[in-house]
Amino acid sequence: MLEVRGLRKEFQPLSGPPVAALGDVSFRVEAGQFVSVVGPSGCGKSTLLQCLAGLLRPTAGQVLFEGREVTGPPEGLILVFQEYNRSLMAWRTVLGNVRFALEGRGASRSAMDAEARRYLELVGLGGFERHRPWELSGGMQQRVAIARALARQPNVLLMDEPFGSLDALTRIELEDTLLGLWRTLRTTILFVTHDIEEAVYLSDRVHVLSRRPALVIEDVEVTLERPRHQLTTREDPRFIKHRHRIFELISREMT
Amino acid sequence: MRKLPWLGLLVVVVCLAAWEAAARSRPDLAVHFPPASAVLRALGGIVWSGDLLAHALASLRRFAEGYVLASVLAVGAGLVLGLSRRLHTLVEPLIELLRPMPSVAIIPVAILFLGIGDQMKIAVTVYACSWPILLNTIDGVRSVDRVLVATAATFRLSPWQRFWKVMLPAASPQIVTGLRVSLAIALVLVTTSEMVVSNDGLGYYVLDLQRSFQMAEMYAAVVALGLIGYGLNRLFVVLDGRVMGWYHGATRREEIP
Repeated sequence: MLEVRGLRKEFQPLSGPPVAALGDVSFRVEAGQFVSVVGPSGCGKSTLLQCLAGLLRPTAGQVLFEGREVTGPPEGLILVFQEYNRSLMAWRTVLGNVRFALEGRGASRSAMDAEARRYLELVGLGGFERHRPWELSGGMQQRVAIARALARQPNVLLMDEPFGSLDALTRIELEDTLLGLWRTLRTTILFVTHDIEEAVYLSDRVHVLSRRPALVIEDVEVTLERPRHQLTTREDPRFIKHRHRIFELISREMT
Repeated sequence: MRKLPWLGLLVVVVCLAAWEAAARSRPDLAVHFPPASAVLRALGGIVWSGDLLAHALASLRRFAEGYVLASVLAVGAGLVLGLSRRLHTLVEPLIELLRPMPSVAIIPVAILFLGIGDQMKIAVTVYACSWPILLNTIDGVRSVDRVLVATAATFRLSPWQRFWKVMLPAASPQIVTGLRVSLAIALVLVTTSEMVVSNDGLGYYVLDLQRSFQMAEMYAAVVALGLIGYGLNRLFVVLDGRVMGWYHGATRREEIP
């Protein structure tokens, strides 16, 4: 579904030699999987997602999406940002923001609105269609952004620390909403986070990145059954084992 | 609905009363410095006679033509310059050289090339009004949030769609700021050009009243000019509230967490 081969990305600072954010990153994401990428802060996680989404050209290596090399934003792949308040359009209503994903493809306005409404229901925002994004709480705004992304029916959803600026309880709520959506819609999800527990809780596999220039130091397969549960899953000895292992890997990178 | 600023209005009344008292204490200066009551009476007079309305209409027509033309031209140019870094680098020095020049200084030049008619007055109004609109539009387009631009990219918007659906609405609050600054400038340029050379309009009218020693009427015309400026600004604020309600709502939210 999505394959990264020897990805390297260098940035040219105003003076001095180029700085490599990504060293040599390779991994695969199979269709229908929930995969997370974790790594120490500043290791180039966002850069990786921008390359995957076709928003940045890699210095070397390639990204293959459904067998084709990614050279620009591909159809069927949508990136969800951490900064929901900057990504949503303040001049549009909540419904209009979701409709944005459907526009320009010849559908009638009423058909698009019906479709947008359906996705708002799915993320639990039925009844908020006529609100403006800025009238909603942070968690609700990110729900709007997720509804907008899903309305496009992407084959792969890329998420760049989507819950990073939410409080702990809202984050837990949204994790479960996301897992529910992933199960019903069968979308492949690549989820970037700096929260180890979140990565283990959500994913089938967790790719652990080194410090910059980043490369995948371990690919952890999460052997926890689904559906997951905020208490029992997190208390499961295997969950604690995974968390322990990934924490060790990352803290070794930080010293 | 906003409540009336009673205290602020009281200050206005106090100032008028002070004017009245000062003028009455020096009746020897009454020719040059008539009391407020006399000016108000004169205002009633020039309204009643129809003189004020005729001159105001002439000015407002020039104002509207110049302001609308400047808005269209400067927003258009600003959007192009905001989107094209290369073009902007090319003309930026020119803009920086022309902009600080007091706009009224081009009135004599405009008279040379365009004569003393409406064309000249509208041209200088367009020239002066364009700067704030142009600079704000450029800045507005260039400072569109990069997350918003990336959002447009991930949804594969064409350049045209990106412009209409993202860049223009996102830049609109700053464009409107430019339009608001230019509103006052347009009135200054219309009035000034009418004072320099004209046979109608409020600028001409004020100067003509002064030269014919109708001092109370002259003050009245100046007051009328102020009221017209105030009215235009209020109209702008109302339209702004309608069209840009989303922006005022969103920014108000950010101020009160």
